[in-house]
Amino acid sequence: MKEKNIHTNSKLETRNSQPATSRRSFLKRIWGILGIVAGIEMLAVFSGFFAPGKRNLSGTTQTLVVAGNVADFKLNSVFPFRSGKFYLARFSDGGFMAISLKCTHLGCSVLWNEDKKEFMCPCHASSFDKNGVVINPPAPRPLDTFPVIIEEGKVKVDIGKPVRRLAFDRSQITYA
Amino acid sequence: MQDQPKLKIKKRSNFVLHIHPATVLIDSIKFNRTFGLGGMALLLFLIQSLTGILLRFAYVPSPDKAYDSILYIENSILFGGFVRNIHHWSGIFFVIIAFLHFVRVFYSQAIFVPRRVNWIIGIALLILVIFSNFTGYLLPWDQLSFWAVTVATNMLSYIPFIGEGMLRIVRGGNDVGSATLLNFYNFHTGILPITMILLMIWHFWKVRKAKGVAVYEGISDYRVPSYPNLVLKELVTGLILIAIIFLLSALLNAPLQDRANPAYSPNPAKAPWYFMGIQELLLHIHPFFAFVVIPLFFFGGLIWFPFAIREGRQGEWFHSEKGKKLALQAAILALILTPAAVLLEEYILHIEDWLPGWPKGISEGLFPFILLGGSLGIYVFYLFRKFKASVHEIIVALFTVFIMGYIILSIIGIWFRGEGMVLTQPWNI
Ligand code: HEM
Ligand code: HEM
Ligand code: FES
Repeated sequence: MKEKNIHTNSKLETRNSQPATSRRSFLKRIWGILGIVAGIEMLAVFSGFFAPGKRNLSGTTQTLVVAGNVADFKLNSVFPFRSGKFYLARFSDGGFMAISLKCTHLGCSVLWNEDKKEFMCPCHASSFDKNGVVINPPAPRPLDTFPVIIEEGKVKVDIGKPVRRLAFDRSQITYA
Repeated sequence: MQDQPKLKIKKRSNFVLHIHPATVLIDSIKFNRTFGLGGMALLLFLIQSLTGILLRFAYVPSPDKAYDSILYIENSILFGGFVRNIHHWSGIFFVIIAFLHFVRVFYSQAIFVPRRVNWIIGIALLILVIFSNFTGYLLPWDQLSFWAVTVATNMLSYIPFIGEGMLRIVRGGNDVGSATLLNFYNFHTGILPITMILLMIWHFWKVRKAKGVAVYEGISDYRVPSYPNLVLKELVTGLILIAIIFLLSALLNAPLQDRANPAYSPNPAKAPWYFMGIQELLLHIHPFFAFVVIPLFFFGGLIWFPFAIREGRQGEWFHSEKGKKLALQAAILALILTPAAVLLEEYILHIEDWLPGWPKGISEGLFPFILLGGSLGIYVFYLFRKFKASVHEIIVALFTVFIMGYIILSIIGIWFRGEGMVLTQPWNI
């Protein structure tokens, strides 16, 4: 059926003069372009609904969490802030680091083991030292960190922006 | 004698009769030609739609209400728990039956023209069935579903360049949360079932266009009326399936663990069962190879096959007697070698340590992948030299290795991985 049409068309076209052919193909092209435009519009509408992070369903936009007063945190210890998705570590020199509790393997929540001084992942047994650096695979890289801001004696953590890292270095520590 | 049923067809030209031809080849309706698997898949879809629509009356897709609405369905609605059980068990059956149908269609070689398009529609349907189950898995919002979806979606992040972006789109944010639940709910009860309905209509129409299921030439061309010969068989198969599902749903409740708690992961956290083969593979090989390269090879190969080798003996099981023998041999080989490889890797070889200092993509990815590909290459060469196997027979054997391998990996992942994903016995989990 289709083939037959094409056949008769081409016969017509060879008989007709040049302009008719180009008008036809011009109209065809217009249809094609309109189709593509409509498709793009559909896609734009779709992605507007579907875009990640845009739909803030819980209504909170605040990502800065106040962890507490600097003086409240003992040296050389790790404090869980499970609701805020991080552990706040204070090192012996007084520096702070906010370590994400999301395991870098497949995203389970790690637990701080006070006896071993390690973060342990219950899912596939990865473990990390107190800086969040991998001791035991399968986790491929250290735990992410969150920016720590110290203002007027208060420790604040920005949980909106996890920071990825490949290794530990001292610049990741924040001092009062 | 032949005329009477035909008259009846005219009178009862309802939908069931409408989608069947008036007469069918007597050999094409033998049970062991299709095992009724396509029909069962359709029935399961209908059961899922019916029970799913009922569940939707009470289910609320938001993190703080979802779990309570499941409790409400189970405790306060008459037969609510029963309906949820049916949806749960049929959901599992659907994945298994669609998989078996896929395997049956391949082995009966019903994948060449004029069934080639249907083969590809079918592969799309298989993927949609699995995604239907996966998106449903999150909805109860208990510990099991929350962490299974967290772990399984996180696998995406290992795809180079686009993985992180895809993960954020699927989750609607950085973590599994309210946007994820709404996305999954919309796909589960809207986009996926509608797409499946459209594809199924196309699928059935294509079966009719191909003049029914594949039967090998040389088979008797004696035809019988579809009604009652075929319809009755379908009815009996369907009723038995319904009876099994009802019995199961009356005896065994769909699991419901504690309310989802993003701060505490259960130990071990496992992906949904049909992804456990991939998760098991992930313990041995770099993620990029476990769920990009290897699945791409498998599905790509399946689509490529009927295009590259345009003809086949449709309806002839395993292509030939030799193909059947080689498939059996391949199944036994995979049955022995897959667990052996897992054990060796776990306790002795540690292939990932063989190339210390190399990038992980090579030492844990490309290198084991080449080892795997190399052994398959040797196997193909062996089939070719020893058995003078044809291309069709070699592909039947390779298909068997993949299918069997995946089943074994899934079994190991589901029943032999305990706390911290170390190997244990099933009774210790
Ligand atoms: C196409 C095949 C389908 C499959 C494989 C499937 C699978 C599933 C699975 C595995 C669950 C989780 C239940 C559990 O174990 O707790 C689920 C839940 C649910 N499904 Fe489906 N489903 C399908 C179709 C549908 C349809 C068509 C609807 C509605 C239009 C639907 C509505 C629901 C609802 C509301 C839930 C949440 C209730 C619950 O978890 O018990 N499903 N589905
Ligand atoms: C929702 C899922 C599906 C439904 C409801 C369905 C339904 C059916 C039905 C009723 C038939 C008629 C013969 C039979 O019962 O075997 C059929 C045939 C067929 N199906 Fe499916 N199917 C589904 C999924 C698949 C999948 C996953 C594949 C393969 C990847 C597939 C490929 C085919 C092919 C190639 C045929 C023709 C078989 C032949 O001619 O022998 N289908 N399907
Ligand atoms: S998610 Fe932590 S080890 Fe797998």
